[in-house]
Order: sequence, then structure tokens, then C-alpha cells
Amino acid sequence: MILSIQHLYLLVGFILAVTAVMTLADRQHPKRYTSALFWGIYALVFLIGDKLPPALVGAGAIGMAVIAGLRGVGAGKHREPTPEQYQASATRLGNKLFIPALAIPLVTVIGTVGMSHIKLGGTLLLDPKNTTLVSLGIGCVVALALACWLTRETPVQGMRESRRLTDALGWAVVLPQMLGMLGLVFSDAGVGKAVAHITTSYINMDIRFVAVAVYVLGMALFTIIMGNGFAAFPVMTGGVGVPVLVGVYHGDPAVMAAIGMFSGYCGTLMTPMAANFNIVPAALLELPDKNAVIKVQIPTAAALLVVNIFLLYFLMFR
Amino acid sequence: MTPEVPLWPLIGVAVIIAGFILRFNPMLVVIVTAIVTAFAAGFGPMAILTAIGTGFIKTRNLPLIILLPLAVIGLLERHGLRQHAQNWISRIKSATAGRLLIVYLAARELTAAMGLTSLGGHPQMVRPLLAPMAEGATETRYGKLPDRIRHKLRAYAAATDNVGLFFGEDIFVAFGAIVLMTTFLHEAGIDVEPLHIAMWGIPTAIAAFIIHAWRLRRLDQALARELGGAAEANVPATAVPAKEGR
Repeated sequence: MILSIQHLYLLVGFILAVTAVMTLADRQHPKRYTSALFWGIYALVFLIGDKLPPALVGAGAIGMAVIAGLRGVGAGKHREPTPEQYQASATRLGNKLFIPALAIPLVTVIGTVGMSHIKLGGTLLLDPKNTTLVSLGIGCVVALALACWLTRETPVQGMRESRRLTDALGWAVVLPQMLGMLGLVFSDAGVGKAVAHITTSYINMDIRFVAVAVYVLGMALFTIIMGNGFAAFPVMTGGVGVPVLVGVYHGDPAVMAAIGMFSGYCGTLMTPMAANFNIVPAALLELPDKNAVIKVQIPTAAALLVVNIFLLYFLMFR
Repeated sequence: MTPEVPLWPLIGVAVIIAGFILRFNPMLVVIVTAIVTAFAAGFGPMAILTAIGTGFIKTRNLPLIILLPLAVIGLLERHGLRQHAQNWISRIKSATAGRLLIVYLAARELTAAMGLTSLGGHPQMVRPLLAPMAEGATETRYGKLPDRIRHKLRAYAAATDNVGLFFGEDIFVAFGAIVLMTTFLHEAGIDVEPLHIAMWGIPTAIAAFIIHAWRLRRLDQALARELGGAAEANVPATAVPAKEGR
């Protein structure tokens, strides 16, 4: 393939390196050196991470966590336009402002749906395993060009804005990746097996309804701990779903899988471990309470879990 | 009894729960949990570092979706995108935060069910467009908003994007989760059609829409209760009853 996810890693590494250099050059930055170090290490992880020995990357990740934990990552001072300037520009550009913003999803969809099989000189244009992400990357570059043309700004200003938003997010940008890493360490260490062992050996599943409830709530609970329904599915389905719901009670496995995974998603809505969906948006929307999004989601997720128990109970044993 | 399953790695679960409850920095909590868990599973120091490093490299795809759109969104925000989103919604007189979010929830869930999951998202849709519109619609009705209400509206906007995405995407047959489920069941000796898994997701998807839409209507009612008193006078002024004549 011509464009692969590796190119996106290089692009993101470049953006982060620029952020690190801009931070280092910012004399008014309250945490100039530690912040620059933090973004600098992160840039290296993207630029040359796969060529370094994994243990060294591990040490770098620990270093980043320590810098973040000691409150070493801060935001610089950014000159923002006044409210009047914002309104004047909004009035002048009007609906044209929507064009680059909507170009990102539009190009991503076109790339994902329409360009996944296009070949140039015998090789695929887009990485077949990561079509969506690569299309998103193309969409962002196209949208940046459109935005620069529309606002008569340079890409350098785009980099400054990127740094302003990265600053606003702070270490929350890295948290999803840290948690993804933890999920892998958990499965290496056999945490899933241990949890499944405990649930299956201490709960009485001779009553069919109890078994269904254990499966649904277990998917949610396990997702809350791991932050990811995909990690919970093999454990709960292997531990309870296949042997008990299908094996003992002869339920329909398709219904079990569908509702089981959705129960896991209810867990995703309730956990800070799913940082990408819950913690990052709170940072992105500048909410003072980092758990504000989770708190809004809990009633929906909890109600849906109850509905799921009954749906699974009645649909699985038709 | 059952074959011995080592339970020591469960210490990791305890560490992470304690860390989040005690509100330590999440980055520190996660890294300490990783070290403790790997140690409890009998890994040596080098093996621990290697496990962390390998995991960190393997998951580099996760932050792409956040980091890539920032330059564009920042540039447009500098030129008034959020203000324009607010101005735009304020022209639609019947718009309320709840109604706007219900429409978005339906659109997000339906497009995700068709596999178009990238039509939304927090950096590119919620921050620059959806949240300002929810705030703008509320402001047009009730005047200037206290920060507490602003934050609440933003949290609802972010939550609505999540709910729509999650319970839509699993109905799409070619979605990764369905592949994962069929593969896992196949390994366990059970063959299931991906289409059946997608189909049996529909009842939950509908329930998710009903529950969340109902809560968004309640949000509108709560806003009217809380903010209504002072600003109710504005609304009839713009919508003059058309009862004259006859």
C-alpha cells in the first residue's frame, strides 16, 4: 500500500515535535522544560518508537507518567482574539466556516467506503487494515488546506492552534494509550482468567435468570475494570456465556453475543478507564469535573442494563 | 477442584480502583497498576519494562483520532466557528438543547448502523459544533447562561455522541466487534452468522435510543424549570400568536 498507518504516526510525531519545540521556545511558559520534555518523549514514541528497544519505550512511558503525576505538564499562554473579533470573523465567513469542519468526516467516509480497493501501479492506495484511520488522516490534511485557504492563515498558525488545544488537553491526550497498554498487560498477566474464575466459582447459576443476569452484569463490570468491551467479551463469554447459557440452557448464541457486547458498552459509558470516550471529551470541552460526562451517562447505561437482562432472558430462549 | 488459576494479578484491579477513588493522577495510577500487576504475575524488572513498552507501541493508533483534527479545529475556532454555530442555531426558533441532541442522537445512531462511524466524534463534531449549538439554542431561549448549565449541556452533548455511536455501530455487519464475536464463538465450536448477531442487536439499540431521548426531553424540562422564570417573557415576543383577523 502507498499510504499506511506508519505515515500517520510520522505525521503525529512531527506535530508533537513541533509542539515540544514551541513549548521550549516559550519563555513565559510556567512549566517550560518539563512540558517540553513530556511532549518531546511522546513525539519520539511516534517517530522512532518501533525501532527502539521496547524496554526503553517502557522507561519513557514511566517517565511521562511521572512528569504528569508531579504536575509537570502545563499550558502556555496563548493570545486569543477578543469576543468582538470572534463575532466579526464569524459574521464575515458565515457558513463557509462549516466547510472545512465537515470536510473531515466527509473525506473520511469517502475514503473508507469508496477508496478501499483503489490501486495505483498495482499497490493498494490505502492501508487495508486501517482504512478509516488513514482516511481520517487524509481528511484532516485536506481540511487544513481548506481552512488555511478560507481564513488566509498559514499552516504554521495551524500548528500554533494545534498546540493550544493540545495544551488545553494536557496529559489526558496520552491517557487512552496508557490504558490500552494496561489492558494488554492485564491480559498478559492473566487478570481476565482470575476474574472469570471468581465469578463462576462463587455464584450459583442453577437458576436461569441468575445466569443471564451474571452474564449481562459481568460484561458491564468487567468492561468497567478493563475500560473496553472487547477485552471483557472473551472472558465473560468463555467463562459464563458458552458453558452455561449455551451449554447448559441451550440459548441462542447470536442473541447472547449481540446483547452481551452491548452490555459491555453500557460498562464503557460508566468508567473512567474508557478515557477516549469519557475523560478526553471532558478535557476537550473544558469541563472542571473530569467525570462530568460519565455522570450524565450513568442513568442511561444503568437503565439499559436492566432492559438488556430482560431482553436476553426472553429473546435467547424463544 | 478446578485447575489452579493464579489470583495474585487481581491486586492490579484493587490498585486501579483505589487509585481512581483516592483521586491520584490517572497517568500515575495506570503506570503503577501496570507495574504491580506484571510484578504479581512474576515478571522481572526488564520483562515489566518490555511489557509496558510493547503495549505502549501497540496502542499508538488510539490518540490519532484526537490529535489529527486539532490543527483544523483550532484554526476554525480562531475564526469564529463556535460563535457561528451558535448564531446559526439561534435562527431556528423551535430549537432547544434537548430537541437538537435527540435529532443528533438519531442521526448518529443511524449513520453508525450503516458503518459511517466517522461522521461524528468529540474533537471534530462535539467541541466545535454540537456543544456550541446546544448552548446557543438554550441561550436564545433563556438569555445568558450560568457556567454550571453550560457545563451540563456540554457533558450531555459528549454523552449523546457516545450513546449514538456505541449502540449504532454494532448493528453494522462489517464492524470489528461482530468479527471479534464470530471469531471467538467459532473457536469455541459454535458457528453463528454475523448477520444474526447484528440483527439481535437491534432491540437494545432501539431501547438505548428511547431511554436516552427520554432523558434529553427531561433535560429540556429541567432547563425550562430552572431558567424559565426570568426569560419566559422573551419567547412569546418572538412568536406572536397568529389569531388576529376573522
